[in-house]
Amino acid sequence: MNDTRLLPELFRTEYRKLTSVLYRHFGFSHREIAEDIAADTFLIAAETWGLKGMPDNPVGWLHTVARNKAKDYLRRDTLFAQKAQTIYRTETGSTPETDLDLSEKNINDSQLQMLFALCNPVISPESQIGLALRILCGFGIEEIADAFLSNKETINKRLSRAKEKLRDEKIKIEFPPESELANRLDSVLQTLYLLFNEGYYSISQNTTLRRDFCLEAMRLTYLLLANESTNLPKVNALMSLMCLHASRFDARTDENGEIIRYDEQDTSLWNTELITRGSYYLNLASTGENLSKYHIEAAIAWWHTLKTDSPEKWDSILQLYNRLLLRAYSPLAALNRTYALSKVRGKQEAAAEAEKLGLAGHHLYHALLGHLYTDLDNTKAASHLQTAISLAKTPQEKNRLQKDLDSLMIGSNAGPGNDAV
Amino acid sequence: MNDFLLIFRNDTSAANGQQSPEQMAERMKQWQAWLGGIAAQNKLISAGNKLFEQGNVVRQGGQVTDGPYVEIKESIGGYSMIKAADLAEATELSKGCPIFNMGGNVEVRQIVPMNM
Repeated sequence: MNDTRLLPELFRTEYRKLTSVLYRHFGFSHREIAEDIAADTFLIAAETWGLKGMPDNPVGWLHTVARNKAKDYLRRDTLFAQKAQTIYRTETGSTPETDLDLSEKNINDSQLQMLFALCNPVISPESQIGLALRILCGFGIEEIADAFLSNKETINKRLSRAKEKLRDEKIKIEFPPESELANRLDSVLQTLYLLFNEGYYSISQNTTLRRDFCLEAMRLTYLLLANESTNLPKVNALMSLMCLHASRFDARTDENGEIIRYDEQDTSLWNTELITRGSYYLNLASTGENLSKYHIEAAIAWWHTLKTDSPEKWDSILQLYNRLLLRAYSPLAALNRTYALSKVRGKQEAAAEAEKLGLAGHHLYHALLGHLYTDLDNTKAASHLQTAISLAKTPQEKNRLQKDLDSLMIGSNAGPGNDAV
Repeated sequence: MNDFLLIFRNDTSAANGQQSPEQMAERMKQWQAWLGGIAAQNKLISAGNKLFEQGNVVRQGGQVTDGPYVEIKESIGGYSMIKAADLAEATELSKGCPIFNMGGNVEVRQIVPMNM
């Protein structure tokens, strides 16, 4: 077995299983114990396996160590055990002397309960995502810092504060009662949606990590689908949206991490299996009375998986963006609506509408205007592209826009404005 | 920015009554397109609602009359709320309203904030 390649992957998947179960076992008030036991387990594994090689059943090995450590901890500290018993009962509804249950069912249940506990509006969306990445997905602090373009100390501080808050607010690690489920589920879906977007739209250049974030968001969404009471149309819609977006993952960046725009993508790189799965979930989502924003966004994403342009395609996308904007404003939706408008009504009309958007501080706004004015008014187009370059946040984006400006200058047709969806 | 109420009036005597599902879908699409354009500028407060044609008017002394009103051809068909710098801008934003295709009109009124 190739240890160097397998170990990080194994550690990450097992870490997230162990921490969820340990957290569920010990509660937020003793989160240090949960994390210490998990950390110790992997430290011992790294040391022992480094000397003796990997055991035949590494997962079983890890579980045994963790189980023994949890037992040791409670045996050693009887005072703690007495004190803790009351807390466990109120916080988790179980008693601590029971063995650490590492069955697949309990792992899944713990992760689901933890998902509801972490996606709680008492902590900020950023903290929810950070904790989910750490505890539910097993990413390292360094990786999380990389994704947020931050540093380890800041992330550590943010996550500690969030965990203290969850303890102070006495947030229970449990499946929410029926009466609260609808509201609580909305928070969970929003966090999973943001977690996916963090991977999909992040300006971090670490493409492997970004892809892993997307896959993790999908895995956690799948936990909700596998559970009867949360297998609802909007959850299927969210899953559909994720699959359909992820289908273009390989096509949307080049080897330098530069974004390749939608209509310049090599469509043979679009993942047909994910498109099929996305359509399958969209179908499952199409029941009931409620139309969520995930339904609308999934439908937009579905139209984007059609390789051939047609008036129907862009007219449908335009209508869906209209409906999305009627629910809630977002700059990205406003820009994408205007792009769709240019496909339906032509650049002239779209440029006039774009001028009214009032997003002068946004580089994508100028990139869009640069595209719309190309061939209509190349001087204006060039000036908007220059502004876009100066406002762009990463070298990759600046490069990309510079290429558009260069091709405009030599008179050929420049590419489109922004990466629609 | 100030808040404005757009009141949509249409001519109830006009042949707007019976619509095929396709016509209704087409109208809905026009309204979404117009309001979507306002929303894209982040100037939509609420898409508002449509109103039933039937209604009552209550006057002092409990006098009640019902609509639609034979003597008045226009009736309020719905409303939306938008944001605009001033009445002139709100008026300008109203010019794309699809109600004009149905022979109706839009009344634009600034909302006075009240602390009650």
